[in-house]
Amino acid sequence: MQISQYLFFFLSFVAIFSALMVIIDKNPVHSVLYLIITFFAIAGHFLFLNAAFLAIVELIVYAGAIMVLFLYVIMMLNLNKEVEPHKKNIPKIIAVFSACLLMICLVVVLKGAEVQMLPASRNNNIGLVENLGKILFDKNGYMLPFEISSILFLSAMVGAVFLSKKEIN
Amino acid sequence: MKEVIIGIPIQWYIYLSVIIFCIGVMGVLFRRNAIIIFMSVELMLNAVNLLMVAFSRYLGDSSGQVFVFFVMVVAAAEVAVGLAILMMIFRNTKSTDIDVLNNIKW
Repeated sequence: MQISQYLFFFLSFVAIFSALMVIIDKNPVHSVLYLIITFFAIAGHFLFLNAAFLAIVELIVYAGAIMVLFLYVIMMLNLNKEVEPHKKNIPKIIAVFSACLLMICLVVVLKGAEVQMLPASRNNNIGLVENLGKILFDKNGYMLPFEISSILFLSAMVGAVFLSKKEIN
Repeated sequence: MKEVIIGIPIQWYIYLSVIIFCIGVMGVLFRRNAIIIFMSVELMLNAVNLLMVAFSRYLGDSSGQVFVFFVMVVAAAEVAVGLAILMMIFRNTKSTDIDVLNNIKW
């Protein structure tokens, strides 16, 4: 096997193992840390696919901002360990079984899919910052959704601040 | 015609993304803590992001990566609002257990 295949398998095993530990571990703080490791593995996959900008954005936004927000909330709600009684065994078994069934179904459906290839003028540098920036800021490209996403952020910010105000009785 | 970039066929990326997505689905069905459910939803979004970037690289089309960018934007906004809702729920019910929220049940 080539070096690149070893690298792919290493990144994939790290991602799958830490994703499993996210849902298995009882302590919510441990789950957040395992999810951060998963995001690092997925950012490694992005770099492997030559998508440098998205790898950095994933690290900054997901592992840097979103997970820190989760940790703030967990610390504020003081969830050291799960104190609620767990589900009975039958729904748990059914949940695992149906998720495995979904996985088998998707794998079987996608197994024989033929990937139609575009003509051979494939550009391997589309993930670099300047090329992606040219597409994002192009008037005939994606500039309108890019500007509207700023309004989306404004509404999310207003919503979050409004929802978390204490009620004055 | 399937093609192989740097020794990795596209099928491996499809399988990897499906596995991570189904782990996320299992987390949503399996856990009772609302925060862990939220994190499983983020896991599902990341699985889809990975698949879109893989296809964008294999087909040479940059629309996949632009779409991943916007998915990350929406995920960030959704986490902010979702955690604010969660805090409000905790303030009212003093628990993050989702089985406590059964007022709609008839």
